Amino acid sequence: METVTTEQRNRRERRFRFGRGMFRALRGVSVASTGIAVLALFAVIIYVLVGGAGKLSWQLLLGAYRGDQVSILPAFIGTLELVLIAVVIAVPIGIGSAIYLVEYMNNKGKLVKIIRVATETLAGIPSIVYGLFGYLVFVVSFGWGYSLLGGGITLAVMILPVIVRSTEESLLAVPDGFREGSYALGASKVRTIFRVVLPSAAPGIVTAMILAVGRVVSESAVLILTVGMVVNLVPVTPMSSGTSLALDIYYFASHGYPNEAAATAVVLLVFVVCLNLLAGGVGKLMKKGMGET
Amino acid sequence: MKWQNEPHMVMISVREKLMKGVFLVSALFSVFALVTITAYLLASGIPFIAKTGFGQFILGTRWAPLADTPSYGIFPMIVASLYVTALSTLIGVGIGLFTAVCLYQFCPRKLVAPIRQMVNLLAGIPSVIYGLFGMTIIVPFIRDHVSPRGVGYGILSSSLVLAIMVLPTVVSVSLDAMRAVPESYYEGALALGATKEAATFRVMLPAAKSGILAGVVLAVGRALGETMAVMMVIGNSPTMPKSLFQSVRTMTSNIAMGATEMTGDAVSALIATGVVLFFFTLLLNAGFSLLRRDKTHEGRKKKGGGKSWKP
Repeated sequence: METVTTEQRNRRERRFRFGRGMFRALRGVSVASTGIAVLALFAVIIYVLVGGAGKLSWQLLLGAYRGDQVSILPAFIGTLELVLIAVVIAVPIGIGSAIYLVEYMNNKGKLVKIIRVATETLAGIPSIVYGLFGYLVFVVSFGWGYSLLGGGITLAVMILPVIVRSTEESLLAVPDGFREGSYALGASKVRTIFRVVLPSAAPGIVTAMILAVGRVVSESAVLILTVGMVVNLVPVTPMSSGTSLALDIYYFASHGYPNEAAATAVVLLVFVVCLNLLAGGVGKLMKKGMGET
Repeated sequence: MKWQNEPHMVMISVREKLMKGVFLVSALFSVFALVTITAYLLASGIPFIAKTGFGQFILGTRWAPLADTPSYGIFPMIVASLYVTALSTLIGVGIGLFTAVCLYQFCPRKLVAPIRQMVNLLAGIPSVIYGLFGMTIIVPFIRDHVSPRGVGYGILSSSLVLAIMVLPTVVSVSLDAMRAVPESYYEGALALGATKEAATFRVMLPAAKSGILAGVVLAVGRALGETMAVMMVIGNSPTMPKSLFQSVRTMTSNIAMGATEMTGDAVSALIATGVVLFFFTLLLNAGFSLLRRDKTHEGRKKKGGGKSWKP
């Protein structure tokens, strides 16, 4: 049997106490970190809401843009057009891509690997690089100049990885029994996909779409290079240059309209928060509706 | 087999093939987009870098695209980008990781869900709002209370703003990673006499490290690529960073600053900056997937059994 001297025992005891003390301290650190994190994040929201809510005015929201009388009406319309263009392009392609990967390739094989690497790389590219790409292709090569269409297409490429990834997850969550049941009833593969798989995966897909819209609304670095930050003209066609809410905040903040910047930030924040709540709510609601029928 | 030749059946099989083709084309769109982006950037950026000279461009310290004798050196911006990324990741990951541990183990159960929801919400806040916050709160605070020479703009301000921005990502990815560790690890540690704290920090946290690493990589990517928030708080002078409180410029803000008002060679210089930035992000992604591949190999060799903890 091993004999333990008093000194050794004391040393072990000390080490044990020290270890226990250290982990207790780390626990303290982690609680403090949580406090800092929550505080910092709260500070951002409170600051935006309190600092900006009082500066909202009808002129800013919906008035005509005349000289020093600034308005974010052009930004509303620009943002709406950008969202429409990006969603119309990215959603069908994204869903189609996910269907191919999950339903046809079973998420296996070399082609899937290549596509996966491409999507992951796209997801990691900084938005300003997308902006440069949009600038080179649409503004310069196509000769469109600054346009909402060019910006929208660039944004569509940017949100594509998000849509593909979350649609894939929703499709994978559909039980195989659904598909087999459909085949057993004589339905073809395409019919099964459209009538059985997609409807079952719909809540997840819709949630992903709403989150993608949130990303489009939040983006600004891409747009600086593609839609031109023309804050004072209401865009007429998708080919006109324009602005978005996020871009307006930057413009106001850096061109001496701090109050307008703060007020626009409130509008944008409310939009984004609503979209997020909607995304959570719609998914739950649709699932519930399906469970009942 | 007669029924296969009936017109109805033929139509169905044509439709099947057609739709499969459509899905395939959509799937290949990502590859197409990536190839196009890379091709366009390289085609416009590489000739410029070659013309200026690779060393001149990467290691040159003077950026004056509009001067009579223009000079395009982006070394100060590369350094500034790396500083800002490192510092913000350090702060953001430090606080975020401890927050995740707290939410996982030490926080009252009732508070976990609300805090988590709030953190998720904050991940969606536009970067320009963070930029505005930094510009009107953090920059004046640093100017008046922290900075030795009364300069608020600079690396410290932008790192703080970015740290807040990457927090949500780090917290939710790390928390998911820790939740994925089997409960039995924790119970085993307790059974061996570890305190709750020791079990959490010595067993659960190391077991979740590959997931946490993924979160760190995401945070680094976001910090490196963030443009608007950084541009609004860093000051944007293209000088060599010598202090935390000095107006400098990152690669991203260099592109955004110049893009609206330049022509000809100056625009090519911005695109070349984009190429360098693109290269950095590719390097980050490649490094990460290599690391991940190593890990799975290691796991397979050990047959998933003995998970040893190495710092």
